[in-house]
Amino acid sequence: MVSAVFHSPSEASDAVRAAKPATATAAAAKPEAAPKPAKAPIDWSAMLFKVLAPLAGIALLIGIWALLTIKSTTFPTPLAVWTEAVKLFSDPFYSNGPNDQGLGWNILFSLKRVAMGFGLAALVGIPLGFIIGRSQIISSMLNPVISLLRPVSPLAWLPIGLMVFKSADPAAIWTIFICSIWPMIINTAVGVQRVPEDYLNVAKVLNLSEWKIVTKILFPSVLPYMLTGVRLSVGTAWLVIVAAEMLTGGVGIGFWLWDEWNNLNVAHILIAIFVIGIVGLALEQLLMAIAKRFSFE
Amino acid sequence: MTAFIEVSQAEMVFNTKKGQFHALQNVNLTINKGEFIALIGHSGCGKSTLLNLIAGLLSPTSGGLICDNREIAGPGPERAMVFQNHSLLPWLTCFQNVYLAVERVFGRKESKAQLKQRTEDALALVNMSHASQKRPNEISGGMKQRVGIARALAMEPKVLLMDEPFGALDALTRAHLQDELLKIVARTQSTVVMVTHDVDEAVLLSDRIVMMTNGPAATIGEILDVPLARPRNRVELAEDPTYMHCRKAVLDFLYTRHGVAHKAAA
Repeated sequence: MVSAVFHSPSEASDAVRAAKPATATAAAAKPEAAPKPAKAPIDWSAMLFKVLAPLAGIALLIGIWALLTIKSTTFPTPLAVWTEAVKLFSDPFYSNGPNDQGLGWNILFSLKRVAMGFGLAALVGIPLGFIIGRSQIISSMLNPVISLLRPVSPLAWLPIGLMVFKSADPAAIWTIFICSIWPMIINTAVGVQRVPEDYLNVAKVLNLSEWKIVTKILFPSVLPYMLTGVRLSVGTAWLVIVAAEMLTGGVGIGFWLWDEWNNLNVAHILIAIFVIGIVGLALEQLLMAIAKRFSFE
Repeated sequence: MTAFIEVSQAEMVFNTKKGQFHALQNVNLTINKGEFIALIGHSGCGKSTLLNLIAGLLSPTSGGLICDNREIAGPGPERAMVFQNHSLLPWLTCFQNVYLAVERVFGRKESKAQLKQRTEDALALVNMSHASQKRPNEISGGMKQRVGIARALAMEPKVLLMDEPFGALDALTRAHLQDELLKIVARTQSTVVMVTHDVDEAVLLSDRIVMMTNGPAATIGEILDVPLARPRNRVELAEDPTYMHCRKAVLDFLYTRHGVAHKAAA
């Protein structure tokens, strides 16, 4: 009777699988936080492993990069990129007109667009997910629409945004909105459909009010699913913003990257790639921390 | 003794994907106030269905159920249920789990302090005061079931419904909780309907044992009086002739007259 919509089982298990390695990197990134309780003797070898293994991985990446660029004249070496990065980050918030702003501004502008597009998507997507999860009719009605629109590439939505809003910035936000809404709808709906029958029976036997059912049973039960959706959505939003900004221009990390390509400044492009990666990782970690805070298992 | 719960001509047909399933037919049962009733039968005989009918979680296809002179139209807090798998909400502490029920039943009439007192009393009744601030996943299975019982008792229900409450527990914990349940029921004078598949449990706890025939279309095969004096002591009863007679009678019904071995093979 409780059948999950869409590709729910794989979606959910994908999310779980995706979460696991992420936790591992989280622990690895902050090794000093791991042995928190002072009671247990500190496991030095395990700690060393946690610090050394990720460092070795990064060293390997840089090593291969250095080896490959020894004789190259077009592709910058790690050292050259590092010195450029130090220069860029020594003054991240300068502003010489709209087309020449510091890297910090570019990141902040991109984050602002992501926050707006994603925020709107959450505002619409999560309630919609609840409705789809609760109502069989609406679920069957919207199921094909969602299946149809979900696989569409982010950039396909951009022209529609440009046409409707006649401006680059709202179009970029629109693109983020439409691309990051699906994981939140689907995960919330699946979460609602998977509320254990037992808990609903408890609600029935206690004769709880609709408000109590939502706050005490439905919401806490759906929360982990919802947060998985939110996490996937933020990841998508961050992926989309870079591509959208490349096309729309303005101030933003994606535009900055494209601008540096036009300047043929490869070192800056590499810096942009690292910055995008690091910001994406930070967003993911932030949401993982929030999800952990609300998990009850 | 007055009839407190009356089940008359209850019939239950489920519509499943494979077609209709006739679970219960012709069920007639009268339960008196303060009585402890055990429903026993082989698995799939519809004993849980009958319990859910009394709880109001299911409504009968035909026939009627009355509790305290009112037709049972849906679930209600006057018929508290203890579920087989405890069904505590994992995001609430033991205290909050019980409080949720207390607040629902007494919230309108009583102050917060009184509600808290009720919650604490209920937890104390099942010896779980020490774990009131723990979440269900931090305590053992037996403890969870005790909190589940506390939640049900805290509502001061007219009837306590129990669906194989100790089925998932190990034998020692089960015996311990049975003894506690006997004491609690003696104190609260509750009317109890308990589904079980454990013959000893049925004889030890109940005043009458309702034995059900095998499904599909199961019905009540026989009702056995258990004329044992209370308080009951499991060790003394082990050699009591009445106890052994009752036990024999139930075993006889279940295995000699309504065995399932050959049926399952067919």
